[in-house]
Amino acid sequence: MVDRSQTPLVELKDISVSFGGVKAVDHVSVDLYPGEVVGLLGHNGAGKSTLVKVLSGAYQKGGGEILIDGKPVEINNPRDARANNIETIYQTLALADNLDATSNLFLGREIVTPLGLVDDSAMEAECRKIMGQLNPNFQGFHDPVSALSGGQRQSVAIARAVYFNARILIMDEPTAALGPHETQMVADLIQKLKAQGIGIFLIDHDVHSVIDLCDRASVMKNGELVGTVNIPDVTDDDLLSMIILGKTPTPVTA
Amino acid sequence: MGMIGAFVLLCLGFDILTEGRFLTPRNIFNLSIQTVSVAIMACGMVFVIVTRNIDLSVGALLATCSAIMAMTQTEFLPYVMDLGLNHPVTWLISIAVGLLAGTLIGAFQGVLIGYLTIPAFIVTLGGFLVWRNVAWYLTGGQTIGPLDSNFVKLGGTNGTMGEAASWTLGIVLTAAALWMLWASRRARARHGFPVKPMWAQGVLAAITAAVILGFIATLNAYDIPERRLERMFEARGEVMPEGLTVGYGLPFSVLILLVVAIVLTIVARRTRFGRYVFATGGNPDAAALSGINTRFLTVKVFALMGFLCALSAVVASARLSNHSNDIGTLDELRVIAAAVIGGTALSGGIGTIYGAVLGALIMQALQSGMAMVGVDAPFQNIVVGAVLVLAVLIDILYRKRLGA
Ligand SMILES: Nc1ncnc2c1ncn2[C@@H]1O[C@H](COP(=O)(O)OP(=O)(O)OP(=O)(O)O)[C@@H](O)[C@H]1O
Ligand SMILES: [Mg+2]
Repeated sequence: MVDRSQTPLVELKDISVSFGGVKAVDHVSVDLYPGEVVGLLGHNGAGKSTLVKVLSGAYQKGGGEILIDGKPVEINNPRDARANNIETIYQTLALADNLDATSNLFLGREIVTPLGLVDDSAMEAECRKIMGQLNPNFQGFHDPVSALSGGQRQSVAIARAVYFNARILIMDEPTAALGPHETQMVADLIQKLKAQGIGIFLIDHDVHSVIDLCDRASVMKNGELVGTVNIPDVTDDDLLSMIILGKTPTPVTA
Repeated sequence: MGMIGAFVLLCLGFDILTEGRFLTPRNIFNLSIQTVSVAIMACGMVFVIVTRNIDLSVGALLATCSAIMAMTQTEFLPYVMDLGLNHPVTWLISIAVGLLAGTLIGAFQGVLIGYLTIPAFIVTLGGFLVWRNVAWYLTGGQTIGPLDSNFVKLGGTNGTMGEAASWTLGIVLTAAALWMLWASRRARARHGFPVKPMWAQGVLAAITAAVILGFIATLNAYDIPERRLERMFEARGEVMPEGLTVGYGLPFSVLILLVVAIVLTIVARRTRFGRYVFATGGNPDAAALSGINTRFLTVKVFALMGFLCALSAVVASARLSNHSNDIGTLDELRVIAAAVIGGTALSGGIGTIYGAVLGALIMQALQSGMAMVGVDAPFQNIVVGAVLVLAVLIDILYRKRLGA
């Protein structure tokens, strides 16, 4: 069980984001404890990706506050997020298609030789190591990632997020392109990371995998938070009605 | 690979058509020094195009840098600073001023593109008009010359390394190339990755050595004309020994191009900056989400382009021994064409430095080959234009076949 008596790892308080006139995220608050997986659910366009992109530094928040370990932090760009040990698997994967898996894995954080030149063989060795754990069937280390399958590309994005010892992991539909076996491997990976005390925001449209993997779930609709529930307290039907109707089942936990 | 083949075929074809006048040491020497200016800028254009930008102002920027350097060495330093003509520091100061000006102008255009998000096409189209006419204004449209006697040594025929130094450099370059081949093989083996079979590695090494040393041998085989040699001895107050022949060796301008190409290849492949340039070209959003400051990167890329324009201005004006008002005219098109023929994709993310240099060589070889064969001037440009389009078409078909 997750211990929720200490300060949360992450608190997103009263976050708002708007694009032009559209309120994509409207005064939403969620939090995350160490070793916890919080599912984010909602229909297409509900604002899930936008909310987590505020935490990963991809979008600037229009209002609200971000606290890490109880302390307010400024996250203005992806570098700030990385500096706070926040790693993200984006829904769009965010890979440079013309570069190979190794270059993508280390993009922005290359291993360099004493002369300051990038050390490709050292990075490739590390890349082979982590891909061996995540997706042993992975091949094509020298191909540009544009030549890889959707699932292989997703493995690269996952590898990049977990390689650098994240404390806070954001997974935006990480298994969308994966086969059943690879999906199971990601589920195992989530369990393993959770056991290491990493906090994970997991965005997933599949209610059942959210029930299997998450400790709590927050549901969004039209940019607003419908509510946050403890997974053991709800059924899949409860979650579905929150997503579709925007109604919170009783009792509510916050 | 295909491009090297095309270049070799082109040279052999012209050599047959001109009955052996194309592949003479003299013509190869001239071809090299004519290519340098465009090739230097084409190296920078690779970075610009790889980041999904374009620079239409390079020829005009070359003219402005050339004008600034010409005024510095013929007016400012000799008369305003009272150093007199051909003072030993004049060429150094002039070049420093020119390189600084080029870099700053490039960086300024980069700020407009990267931070103010004005499309590169527009900024550099404006720059094309602005810098061409700044050059005109600075010189009043006059041809400025003759330039400083040390400065003109960087232009080609006026300044070559001589036979001994050229051989030394050739051997050093060969040794360095072989060492790099060996080092990368060893690094791969250390991590247990597959390596090429020994014989293939050997063939590659032999070809590399043959190309470098063959090029040096050719340039050394081009003898300085007797009259010129006599004058060189006279200038030193000596008498030329009877029957002496001396080869030109590697021109300093070609040496500059070699250094630029080698350094930029390392930058492209082995530095973070180079990696970020390619990542940004492949997917700008992904690059930004990986924490790369893509705006500042744009500034750096255009600053580099400006620096290289200034370097080309040194070589181009030194070759002519003066600054003329139309220097660098149409160079923007030649430079872009060289990069594109050399395999740089306008959609971004793909390109090589050696490809751009080869592209510049192919264009120059086409142009001078056709002139030697006696093709009329209008047809020369028609052919060059057609070749540009054809090269891109072949590249597209080739990539489709590879499925990349
Ligand atoms: N960069 C942007 N510019 C303008 N509008 C945007 C932008 N990003 C998101 N939006 C809008 O914000 C709203 C929320 O989008 P968001 O991507 O967060 O949804 P989501 O919950 O992740 O949906 P999905 O399940 O389809 O991924 C949508 O109405 C979308 O049109
Ligand atoms: Mg989304």
